[in-house]
Amino acid sequence: MVERPTPAPPKFALKIFSWFCNPAYHPDIEGDLIEHFEDNVEEKGLKQARRLFFLDVLLLFRPGIVRPLLRRNPFKHPTMLQHHFKISWRQLVKNKGYSFLNISGLAMGMAVVVLISLWVWDELSYNRNHENYDRIARVMINQAIDGDIQTSWSSPKQFAPALRESYASHFKYISTTSHFSGRALIVGDKTIGRTGMFVEADMPAMLSLNILKGTSAGLEDPYSVLISAATAEALFDEENPINQTIKLTTDELLTVIGVYEDLPDNSSFSNAHFFGSWKLYEQWQPDWVGWGNRWFRTYVQLADNADLAKVSTTIKDVTLNNLSEKEGARLNPEIFLHPMSKWHLHSDFKQGKIVGGRIKFIWLYGTIGLFVLILACINFINLSTARSEKRAKEIGVRKALGSRRFQLVNQFLSEALMITGLAFCFSILLVALLMPFFNEVSGKEISDWWSNPVFWLLGFGFTIVTGILASIYPALYLSSFRPVQVLKGSTQMGKKASIPRKLMVTLQFTVAITLIIGTMVVYQQIQFAKSRPLGYDQSNLVSTYISDKISEKYPVFRDKLLQSGFVEEVGKSETFITQTYTNNSGFNWEGKDPGLTEQFFTMRMSHEFGKTIGWEIVQGRDFSKEFASDSLGFVINETAAEYLGFDDPIGKQIQWGENENYHIIGVVKDMITQSPYQPVKQMIYFLDYDRSDVVTLKLKSDTDIAEALPAIETVFKEFDPVRPFDFQFMDENYLTKFRGEERIGKLAGFFTVLAILISCLGLFGMIAFVAERRTKEIGIRKVLGASVFGLWQLLTKEFMVLVVIAGLLAIPLSYNYMSKWLDNYEYHVPLSVWLFLLAMLGALMITLITISLQALRVAKANPVQSLRTDS
Amino acid sequence: MKYRIGEFEEIVLLTVGILEDEAYGVNIKNDIKDRLDRKVSVGALQAALRRMEKKGYLTSQQGETSSKRGGRPKLYFRLTALGHNALVFSRETRNRLWDAMPPSLPHLKLS
Repeated sequence: MVERPTPAPPKFALKIFSWFCNPAYHPDIEGDLIEHFEDNVEEKGLKQARRLFFLDVLLLFRPGIVRPLLRRNPFKHPTMLQHHFKISWRQLVKNKGYSFLNISGLAMGMAVVVLISLWVWDELSYNRNHENYDRIARVMINQAIDGDIQTSWSSPKQFAPALRESYASHFKYISTTSHFSGRALIVGDKTIGRTGMFVEADMPAMLSLNILKGTSAGLEDPYSVLISAATAEALFDEENPINQTIKLTTDELLTVIGVYEDLPDNSSFSNAHFFGSWKLYEQWQPDWVGWGNRWFRTYVQLADNADLAKVSTTIKDVTLNNLSEKEGARLNPEIFLHPMSKWHLHSDFKQGKIVGGRIKFIWLYGTIGLFVLILACINFINLSTARSEKRAKEIGVRKALGSRRFQLVNQFLSEALMITGLAFCFSILLVALLMPFFNEVSGKEISDWWSNPVFWLLGFGFTIVTGILASIYPALYLSSFRPVQVLKGSTQMGKKASIPRKLMVTLQFTVAITLIIGTMVVYQQIQFAKSRPLGYDQSNLVSTYISDKISEKYPVFRDKLLQSGFVEEVGKSETFITQTYTNNSGFNWEGKDPGLTEQFFTMRMSHEFGKTIGWEIVQGRDFSKEFASDSLGFVINETAAEYLGFDDPIGKQIQWGENENYHIIGVVKDMITQSPYQPVKQMIYFLDYDRSDVVTLKLKSDTDIAEALPAIETVFKEFDPVRPFDFQFMDENYLTKFRGEERIGKLAGFFTVLAILISCLGLFGMIAFVAERRTKEIGIRKVLGASVFGLWQLLTKEFMVLVVIAGLLAIPLSYNYMSKWLDNYEYHVPLSVWLFLLAMLGALMITLITISLQALRVAKANPVQSLRTDS
Repeated sequence: MKYRIGEFEEIVLLTVGILEDEAYGVNIKNDIKDRLDRKVSVGALQAALRRMEKKGYLTSQQGETSSKRGGRPKLYFRLTALGHNALVFSRETRNRLWDAMPPSLPHLKLS
């Protein structure tokens, strides 16, 4: 029989085995493996044997067989470790300047990363306090309006009953709720203002409220209420609140049935300081509220086995099926579920689809944080490699005495870990110092971050990773020196060695300049939007909600206010002039495109409201009490005139609803009553005294506000003694619309400053090093007659070129990014060339100042001193 | 207590003793399989062998190389006096316990 060559076991597995196996055991275990394999081939065939071989190798991966990680346990035999730390410490102390630059740069970078991580953590943990976080959703609706699909989460009160009737099996809990509303909570003669909402009986269980006292069951009773612990304390002090009665603005007496733990700030329900009964709220609504009146909210919790996407599709036609044929087909309404996990970060809709939301800020700040950290690491790398010459002799001697390369790498790694460890300690201090400021800028309330063990665990892991990242290149670079060359003194550290350093400086400044440009664009955009002409006069304009008690006696109330002497004019309207978001459809006019699903923003108002806010009539006239027919009159804005398509709109008829014919009496100049970043929308103003419960006062321009407000409050109290006089200045209210952008601007500015600071620290270190290395050269040049200016030029030129290159790289980069950002705003500032030049000039100036300090010092030094020393 | 050996370790030690001069990896493994019908992975066996070598119950000696086994040498194990003592100790412990077992337990068949 011819002997066949014995089949070999899989090479790959053998290789892996030799890689992880303890070398002392390797040969004979491998022998065993192969013998076993050969046996298996005979018994079970080649294929099976190969498979078993892999299994055997896998099973050999166990303690006792695996190669030990370190030859010696460094903690058992700490001599080398002690040595490393001793040397590192001496290096730190010896070069105080460099150590300071290194540690402070890293500490700043790490502080930024810690702050951003805390912010991101807070954002990601939003709403997670609710036990049923992943099963709760809100019901939203898509409608085709004006050729767009518009998404909204306002719902009619009919959603919940309809879902219960037809789709009960998909849901565990369903609740219609009110919006958050501010109410006066009244006990005896004590009154406090709190926001809260009115909910159905399912809601407390859905939100997994932590009931501290009493019970959460019983909201079926319209006259019951749950209050938060803080509210309870404010109302009842130490008394037991259970079964006490309170009033919520109105006259109904409500019984407190339970007290719940306040919801945390990062919950969507953090403003719920009380939960009233939906049944009570429903009593307050007019009878005719139907499917078209989307004044409420609907929340659901899915049944335990239900799939959100499927349920969402199943219920989509609920509205369509219930609306009348004519209305339903027109807007093509579809409802869907928006899960709680997406409320906070993914809640921007375009054409009915989620297109993002706050998540973009997580990416933005995450990227910035990463870059700032990279900047700090680059400093570390640059300073370490630049100083390598100084340590070349040490390395040469160590190598000559028998140090292995990996031991040197170890030494440099422990040095870096020591520095990053110190930097981390400082960064924690820095974070603690910056926290109040950061909270203010970011609008968060991050407080007990240090008590979280996860934070420290991540912090230490992060420190080690940073240390390794920052030091791996210097460690490999330094340990690669050839001892003979180094000791002979002929180190090859000319131009080649400095190329990576130059690249990294360029990268630093590219990031810094990009951030500068970004910050400037954000601020320009805010200024641009703020300076947009309003179309009305905001100064001395005060608005407040009024109750029915005042509304009923409005004419007398108005006269009283005017008599007070502080008020120039008083008007009543449906909403604040800064927030005219009520919209309506169902309008018809001559020449209307039959395919148009029109939408108008509408504002109900009193005769004097226009005069109060100082609007400008450009055509026709304002409402007047002299014309009784004005009760069916419209004042429209310029955009609406264009939208309607009338050349001369005055006197034109508009039909609204079934049979009411309105006519246009005037056109008012466009006013910014919604977002200052968007074009003005088509608006209609008309008279309605019943459904307008905001009163706006124009104070006389020469009044002392501190004097006027108490006088006005007395008038309010005279008519409505209960409701707190809670007013808002319209100019302040308007400024809140810029808060989001201002926040981005401030944070970006903050990070920019840090990025520049870190880059400059690095640059400062670099120039110091260069100057030190060239001391002799400069001395000789000076002796030979070089001027201070010439020397300064010699030293600075190199770095200035780098900053210019960085600027040239940063400009297209930031242009690309910022023009995308600006595209989010329909009304935005154009990006000008000047901005980019200014940013670059700024960066150049800062660089110049940083390096000139050092360069001039060296250039002015007495050459005798630098040339006298020998080395 | 002087010696602590586990059940699997005891089996390995005994098998090494039985095999005398032929006790190397694959042989031990096969012997355990033949006698006790118990499958042992190379990893488990080797880990146990090295562990007991460290404890001093076994010594090892490298054998000759041949063209078989991919040219790798065999590593022969021998029971040391200490290992022997450990086995005896373990057996005596068991015996003492068995002796103390009351014979009247109904579901136990003592023979």
